[in-house]
Amino acid sequence: MTQLVLSVKDLTITYTSSAGPVPAVRGVSFDLAIGDSLGLAGESGCGKSTLANSLLRLLPEGTITSGEVIIDGKDLFALSPGGLRAVRWTTGAIVFQGALHALNPVQTAGRQVREPMHVHDTVASDDEARARSRELFERVGLPANLLEAYPHQLSGGQRQRVLIAMALACDPQLLIADEPTTALDLMVQAQVLALIGELRRESSLSLIFITHDLSVLTYVADRLAIMYAGRIVEQGPSLEVFQNATHPYTQALAAAFPTIGDPASRRAPSGLAGDPPTPGALPSGCPFHPRCPLAEDRCRTIEPDLRSSGPGQEAACVLI
Amino acid sequence: MTSLAMQRRRATAGRVLTQFRNSKPGVIGFVVLLVFMLVALAAPLLADVRELNPVFARAQGNPQWAAPGTFGALGTDHLRRSVWAQFVWGSRVSLFVGLAATVLTISIGSVVGIVSGFVGGRIDSILMRITEWFLVIPFLPLAIVLASILGRNVWNIILVIGVTSWPSTARLLRAQVLTVKQRLFVDRSRSLGAGNVHLVARHILPNVSGLILANATLAVPISILTETTLSFLGLGDPSSASWGKTLEEAFVNGAMVRNAWWYFLPAGLGILVVVLAFTLIGRTLEEIADPRLGQAR
Amino acid sequence: MLTTEQPESQGRTRFILKKMLGSLLTLVFVLVFNFVLFRIVQSDPIGSLFRGRNVPAAKIADLRTAFGLDESLWVQFWAYVRQTLQLNFGISYQSRQPVWNEIVSAIPATVALVGISAVLSAVIGTVGGVIAAWRRNTWKDHAITSGTMVFYSMPDFWLGMILLVGFAVVLGWFPVGGMTDAGSNARGVALLLDRLHHIFLPALTLTLAYLGEYALVTRSSLLDVMGEDYLTVARAKGLRDVVVRNRHAVPNALLPVVTLTAINFGFVLSGAIAVEAVFSWPGLGKATADAIRGPDLPMLQGLFLLFSAAVIFFNLFADIAYAWLDPRVEGA
Repeated sequence: MTQLVLSVKDLTITYTSSAGPVPAVRGVSFDLAIGDSLGLAGESGCGKSTLANSLLRLLPEGTITSGEVIIDGKDLFALSPGGLRAVRWTTGAIVFQGALHALNPVQTAGRQVREPMHVHDTVASDDEARARSRELFERVGLPANLLEAYPHQLSGGQRQRVLIAMALACDPQLLIADEPTTALDLMVQAQVLALIGELRRESSLSLIFITHDLSVLTYVADRLAIMYAGRIVEQGPSLEVFQNATHPYTQALAAAFPTIGDPASRRAPSGLAGDPPTPGALPSGCPFHPRCPLAEDRCRTIEPDLRSSGPGQEAACVLI
Repeated sequence: MTSLAMQRRRATAGRVLTQFRNSKPGVIGFVVLLVFMLVALAAPLLADVRELNPVFARAQGNPQWAAPGTFGALGTDHLRRSVWAQFVWGSRVSLFVGLAATVLTISIGSVVGIVSGFVGGRIDSILMRITEWFLVIPFLPLAIVLASILGRNVWNIILVIGVTSWPSTARLLRAQVLTVKQRLFVDRSRSLGAGNVHLVARHILPNVSGLILANATLAVPISILTETTLSFLGLGDPSSASWGKTLEEAFVNGAMVRNAWWYFLPAGLGILVVVLAFTLIGRTLEEIADPRLGQAR
Repeated sequence: MLTTEQPESQGRTRFILKKMLGSLLTLVFVLVFNFVLFRIVQSDPIGSLFRGRNVPAAKIADLRTAFGLDESLWVQFWAYVRQTLQLNFGISYQSRQPVWNEIVSAIPATVALVGISAVLSAVIGTVGGVIAAWRRNTWKDHAITSGTMVFYSMPDFWLGMILLVGFAVVLGWFPVGGMTDAGSNARGVALLLDRLHHIFLPALTLTLAYLGEYALVTRSSLLDVMGEDYLTVARAKGLRDVVVRNRHAVPNALLPVVTLTAINFGFVLSGAIAVEAVFSWPGLGKATADAIRGPDLPMLQGLFLLFSAAVIFFNLFADIAYAWLDPRVEGA
């Protein structure tokens, strides 16, 4: 049995707001083996960022969580505050979108990269920390002089690399990347994706890659999970899911991208009408039915579970 | 105005009212203010104005420095005058000066700010220079100097406060006008041939009026406190007794050494409560005008 | 690659020089404004000086010539500029002493009072604001916000009157006014203790009065910062909540507060006028209050100039401090 770095069972996350409870994640389950990579895709509001934040328990106060998350053999929700702090960054680390304010504006990049090393005592001295931060910068392809730079002096791509270097500071087993390439130019995106690919090959780093851009995931992810309205509606090996999507939502997402080399696909209308549902006001039955081209009457009342739809593939649709 | 525009105005007003009603501090502030306005308006009914005259007070046989309870609700002062009467009638002056000075401040500040933001260019630079200079000069000393030179009467005080307080309003409004100016519909209107006056009246003003109102409400406390301080220092109008003047008289005539707390406590409390009321209302209006503030609070 | 083309130090120096030039210009404006205000409105200084005295007209005319008051306004203006640069601000009507001497002797008392109050209110207010923001919407937040709003809404000198009556008149714990006990020969430590005894109530008054502004500004500044991603990142790194607050949130939130503090030092100098009057504290404020009662116009003119200069100076100081603290400020 392959070793699991992460095991999520029936995770449900509900925010408390002045307008009432908002279910952001509704019963998500998946496993991640060591060295594996999982791509998590979906439109805004589907709960993917909430899910990512919950894996390190970074959700705001008052959020109600149920279910089970076992990370590196430890029960995440049973950890004491001290135990939780110890797990953060050493077992799992997050790379956020490299917007300007993901880094503290008044501290140098180097200082922020070194900080977790001091917090978790993974280095014995300041000098060791500095040496390691130089190493990390080299690994992500940044010149050492940028260690002394402030975030506003860096380009978007550079900031993203700093965030990656920072995430690797304590040698985590799991890297959670939350939309790391979304705000970047295509060229820079390619560079960052290549970097992430390299890092995975060098070590047995497990990866969860979150994005709304399906095409990106086929490069980085072994497996793919598509989220809609707080649940996983399809999952399986990434190439299979992309090329032979079985859930109508996935099919629409995949069709939104023209195939290079096939001019016909550029002219065919694709894309999905309407907006994703707001978590606080979900449609009855299958939440996708208002936008689903294949919706039937029963879709208004039945919310289907994941069922097998192909080799290693599952989808949550009554049509399967 | 077209009926559609009128409908929209009414809808906005309705929305603002509802939002205001939902804000507890806003409502409290409003109620308190209402009470004081009523007191000020109903002054003749609440206290005999003749009580403010020392000759009358002496003729009445009032005791000097009487504590509350021994004579009237708030006792008497060194000139045998009823402190309650001074409080009630003083509310009129303090509120009037506070409001009038604010009207002046907001008028000057709005005109400068809107013109500066809308016209831009050299006029903007010049006006902003002037504004900055005024902001640098310390406000109270300037007020003191002007009041000393102009003489002690109510209208001068109003003028002085108005002339020294307008800069911050001007700056605020200029920033808002600049934001509004950048919005597309102003450009569209211009390309449709709209003149400047039309643009200002129909597009700029409605969008900044919320801010003006909020700013005005928050400016009243400053006006009231400034008038109080100026009166306390002896620059107030000797013939009209504001709350600040009451405090001055209490101080100068030794109310403190005598522990005649009833003389200076009510006036100060009045100021405190009225200022708080305006502040609460103003902050609520600010949140309504700019919803982002509401979340931050 | 770094986005600036020059070494950062050069950009910053240029920024500072530009601000200093601006301050100088403002100072010049204040000088001119001062002259215009007083000279043009006060049409007959000599007459005022000898108001109510029986002085022969010829003598008055002589004095006018001596003071250069029969010269044109323009000549008078340059004489004024020269005199100002020589620190000659004329003679006080009330004390017949040079205005400059009177002012200088009053400065230490005000600096002590205002200095202590400004520091205390800044520290206490800021800490209060941090707690209020971090524990937003809890009872701590409401207590701090309401409490400071109440103090901020009252006339500061009125608060002083209450404290004076309560603690000095009724309870007798503190003196009723002044800086030292009258007729005392205390020296050294005893003198210092006596002065501290006297400064306590006025300092308490000013501190309470100004707390509010710091608390409110710090609170909203920190609330703005609290929504930022880098705080989540800090938490994700495994930092304790308090460390996240103090090491990441507060330094970013404090930038506007530092500016406010520096600017306030300039304004608080003139903000203590009424409070000094209440406590008979022999500083610039009391001098102003006394000068108003004259009106001792030369004194008022000199004091006004000093107050303005203080504000200009501290505004400049605030700009420089901000440039030094915030790495994002790179120059013009």
